[in-house]
Amino acid sequence: MALFEVSGYKKYCELREQILPAGLTHLVDRTNHYSFGTKTQEFAVPPGVDASGFLKSCNHDGGVCIEMNHGTTTLAFKFKHGVIVAVDSRASAGNYLDSTDANKVIEINAYLLGTMSGSAADCQYWERLLAKECRLYRLRNNHRISVAAASKLLSNMMVGYRGMGLSMGSMICGWDKQGPGLYYVDDNGTRLSGRMFSTGCGNSYAYGVVDSGYREDMTVEEAYELGRRGITHATHRDAYSGGVVNMYHMREDGWIKVCQDDVSELIHQYRKGMF
Amino acid sequence: MEYLIGIQGPDFVLVAADNVAASSIIQMKHDYDKMFKLSEKILLLCVGEAGDTVQFAEYIQKNVQLYKMRNGYELSPSAAANFTRKNLADYLRSRTPYHVNLLLAGYDDTDGPGLYYMDYLSSLAKAPFAAHGYGAYLTLSILDRYYRPDLSRDEAVDLLKKCAEELNKRFILNLPSFTVRLIDKEGIHDLEKLTLGAK
Repeated sequence: MALFEVSGYKKYCELREQILPAGLTHLVDRTNHYSFGTKTQEFAVPPGVDASGFLKSCNHDGGVCIEMNHGTTTLAFKFKHGVIVAVDSRASAGNYLDSTDANKVIEINAYLLGTMSGSAADCQYWERLLAKECRLYRLRNNHRISVAAASKLLSNMMVGYRGMGLSMGSMICGWDKQGPGLYYVDDNGTRLSGRMFSTGCGNSYAYGVVDSGYREDMTVEEAYELGRRGITHATHRDAYSGGVVNMYHMREDGWIKVCQDDVSELIHQYRKGMF
Repeated sequence: MEYLIGIQGPDFVLVAADNVAASSIIQMKHDYDKMFKLSEKILLLCVGEAGDTVQFAEYIQKNVQLYKMRNGYELSPSAAANFTRKNLADYLRSRTPYHVNLLLAGYDDTDGPGLYYMDYLSSLAKAPFAAHGYGAYLTLSILDRYYRPDLSRDEAVDLLKKCAEELNKRFILNLPSFTVRLIDKEGIHDLEKLTLGAK
């Protein structure tokens, strides 16, 4: 850049070499979080640590084994009037209940929601970073980011840390110019677009209930009931899911929070024929 | 779990892939497309570890398109296959190898149709027919028995149906439908999805 050179501005790396002795520069001013630089993508990894090698040594039988628990049930499905997102609220740490009212839905902006399953820390951090990137996109490009692009951003973050032990299964739900959008993104880089997804260790139970009760032309109330039923029946069977059903409805003019119902009360309402 | 198959004829290549995107025991999608269009006459079929497949295939796809933008003409199928293999080989002994199995099918205006088999250890073989996945153990012998180099398009589709029926009969996992595409000198054509009912 000609003006840059003419103005006598010193390059940052030259300035730094004058201040710091050579050899230590790699430790100072390293990127301390993930950032989509315009020239290079930077990944914050502690210096000297080989995360994927360390994890491989922790994963063979007979030795030390780190097992990630995915205690949760979340589900989301598209229908005629938008997207329904329903999650449980139990946070488990091994066999101990950390919290009964965890919030597993992150409100990225008025038109985007993200769900969390897997490691709570990973989900909260990366989805909050996604919220920052979505806001920057809006400011730079003067229009809202599409659901496809937002999910691709999150998926690329996951791919960058492939093999280093991230644990996140998330659904990105939103409404953009193409209509309602639903994407499943997870820690090994999978990104799928679809009509219905469920994540967490209770996902199979939720799939059973929602698949058998789903109709494209449901009314809004029927869809709310289906979401509630999916989570409630999954929490009934899965030991690591429970608490309350937090339900959101993504509509054309943004999302609304529908309800927060205790599953133990719901299961007794449904008990006829069950037990 | 996943299945890819390719059959080369005298002036076309027929390819098919199953439509299931699975995660442990759950089918997350029933209509997932595992074929990536590299150029007007080249398709890359990609299966393997979740995440790796899409990342690697999109990387190859964008680089093939970049070649066309820079040079004004497209890579031939043989060149694209060797480029893909080179990338697989380069990443094989790195900290993040790509665990993907590929079939590359294309039509070259000078050399005619070509089908290339690649696996995650970056081997490359040009073959008249090929398959990937557990289903290959059941269907390669069918291809050996009934393949002829002068198959017509209908005969090739019938051979593909024979393979799909064998999977439906003997393969323990459910693969209800397959995307089928045909590449010839006119380009890539979508054929009717192959769906098999319960046996």
